[in-house]
Amino acid sequence: MSDLMKRFTGWDAAILAVLVLFVIVAGLVVPDFATGRNASFMVLDLAPVLLIALPMTLIIVTGEIDLSVASTLGLSSAVMGALWDGGMSIEVIIPICLVLGAVLGAVNGLFITGFGLPSLAVTIGTLALYRGLAFVVLGDRAVAQFPGSYTEWVIGSSAGIPNLVWPLLVLLLVFGTVLHATPLGRSLFTMGAGVDAARFSGIRVARTKFWLYVVCGAVAALAGVLWTLRYSSARADNGTGLELAVVAAVLLGGVSIFGGRGTLWGVLGGVMLLAAVQNALRLADVSNEALQVVTGLLLIVSVLAPNAVGAIRSAVARRRRRPPPPAPAAPPEPLPVSSDPSPSPAVRSS
Amino acid sequence: MSLRSRLIAPVALGAVLALGLTACGGTTKDSASTDSGSAAAGGVANPNAPLKDGLKIAFLPKQLNNPYTDIEVGGGKAAVEELKGEYKLVGPNDASASSQVSYINTLIQQQQNVIGIAANDPNAVCPSLNQARQAGIKVVAFDSDAAKECRDVFINQATTQGIGEQLVKMASQLAGGNGEIAILSATPNATNQNAWIAVMNTELKKPENAGLKLVDTVYGNDDDQKSFQEAQGLLQRHPNLKVIVSPTTVGIAAASRYVSSSSYKGKVAITGLGTPNQMRQYVKDGTVSQFALWNPADIGYLASYAGAALASGQITGKQGETFKAGKLGDYTIGVDGEIVLGPPTVFTAQNIDQFNF
Repeated sequence: MSDLMKRFTGWDAAILAVLVLFVIVAGLVVPDFATGRNASFMVLDLAPVLLIALPMTLIIVTGEIDLSVASTLGLSSAVMGALWDGGMSIEVIIPICLVLGAVLGAVNGLFITGFGLPSLAVTIGTLALYRGLAFVVLGDRAVAQFPGSYTEWVIGSSAGIPNLVWPLLVLLLVFGTVLHATPLGRSLFTMGAGVDAARFSGIRVARTKFWLYVVCGAVAALAGVLWTLRYSSARADNGTGLELAVVAAVLLGGVSIFGGRGTLWGVLGGVMLLAAVQNALRLADVSNEALQVVTGLLLIVSVLAPNAVGAIRSAVARRRRRPPPPAPAAPPEPLPVSSDPSPSPAVRSS
Repeated sequence: MSLRSRLIAPVALGAVLALGLTACGGTTKDSASTDSGSAAAGGVANPNAPLKDGLKIAFLPKQLNNPYTDIEVGGGKAAVEELKGEYKLVGPNDASASSQVSYINTLIQQQQNVIGIAANDPNAVCPSLNQARQAGIKVVAFDSDAAKECRDVFINQATTQGIGEQLVKMASQLAGGNGEIAILSATPNATNQNAWIAVMNTELKKPENAGLKLVDTVYGNDDDQKSFQEAQGLLQRHPNLKVIVSPTTVGIAAASRYVSSSSYKGKVAITGLGTPNQMRQYVKDGTVSQFALWNPADIGYLASYAGAALASGQITGKQGETFKAGKLGDYTIGVDGEIVLGPPTVFTAQNIDQFNF
């Protein structure tokens, strides 16, 4: 119970509060912001980021990272275009793309858990590799003329609610339940807090991480499919740079880049806050350059603020703890863990 | 890993695949109807409708902070001011289709009357342009067309025919009606250049050009050094050459540079397609007396007037409808909603200082 309370007084609660506050202020100040149609445009813009942020949160919580997601999206889009152009039916192409994404994720997972390489290095490599393959598959071509009914579904709404909300909501609930209400989720936090401790407590670190990358690849490929259908255009360069937006939103949501800390609700708030800020600034005719500056500043704040808050809190806790000798249940603040910023070396045994 | 867990994944994947395959004979490229819910350009044109005041006309170029684009939208802005409308310029810093779509959505929200767009991807902007048209916004493509079912009209800077004719006309004037001419092109398989050269060949067969003789066509590969050497070679091989026509901005500048510093200066004329800033010094020093290119400012200017005519109901985008575009005069909509800007602008010592691009 006190754990739950703590959870909702943390950074993620702050982000959600900032989000609500921002939406109210923007609704009052920026013309055309608070309309149903604008909300549906925002959902379309944030969908790929939110989708990939779900598995990315789980990966970052374990202290790893996956920077190849946008390239996986692009390769999935390119393969989708090539197969569609070859006359295959869309109902077959979509599962093929998802399987492809899972395989690409498995390659990441194999290098990271099987060969014990740092995930940052591996996924920077596959970031280039998968994007390169996308250009091999489709070149500079764009394949268009995907079935209009699919595009209309992706960008459409029914009863005022964008259709995309439903799959996003289902996946959000699935990932949220796994991370916050299952032993598997708890083991992810344990891994992020310390690989050795996790291994001693019987968690199969390598195998769990491997499957996280597989899931992440499949979800990135799904984002590629939705991207292709939304724009009705398959291109090898689709989604270039999206991995940074995803990592940014996850960090803004209060997930520690060193692992072991964060909530999916905070990430949802981070994704939505970034989308709302960009949307409102564009509507207010703020120039593109200013928009990038604001986004950059938000991210720096998001990395600085939780650390500052954490430092202050632990300082306060230390002072409080001193007078009464038996500190009543030392605050289970997993802060000290972050003293080791290097990506935890992966483990060979599974 | 237990054997069972080893098996789960392949079996699951197989099941997904099988599921997909049973749906075979589903939606394929051939069966899918390509009508992406295009907003029908309904209504009847009333050529006598007055142009409305206060129209909100927004320009969305391929990307901002590009000198050529700045001139195009500058022309658009001038026209919007003449029309007493509200001008707006938005756009991404990267030339990507997805960021253009976010801006189209913003413009829909802001209830603009007209969107002028140079599409980064003719199809990717389509679904949201159609949403804009369903919201009553008129869409004018310029510079780079969007798919024709999702815009009302397209401002085409120049037709292949128009450019080919103009090139022969300038060559004929410079040669005084007869003599040897040669072409310095880009690469042997450059689509645009080859199409223009094909028109030139047809034009040269006409009786009024019987005195002109095309003696050589060489390729500088749009490389400054190679173009320079090819120009040199042409003059050595053909001592009676009167005119070099270069339908590429790289070639015309390289040929001019060679001739301006050689003994051929004043004897051999250079013409073709170039930009005023690049050619200014050769026009000033007398190497070049005329060359051509479409005027980018006129593209934006015409786009604004076409948008205003659409929003005022003077035109609907159908072939044969006419409207007046301020100082540029009268225009007629051609096949597929295309509006051709007209013959390229000819630059000479008299007018070159009026242009900065």
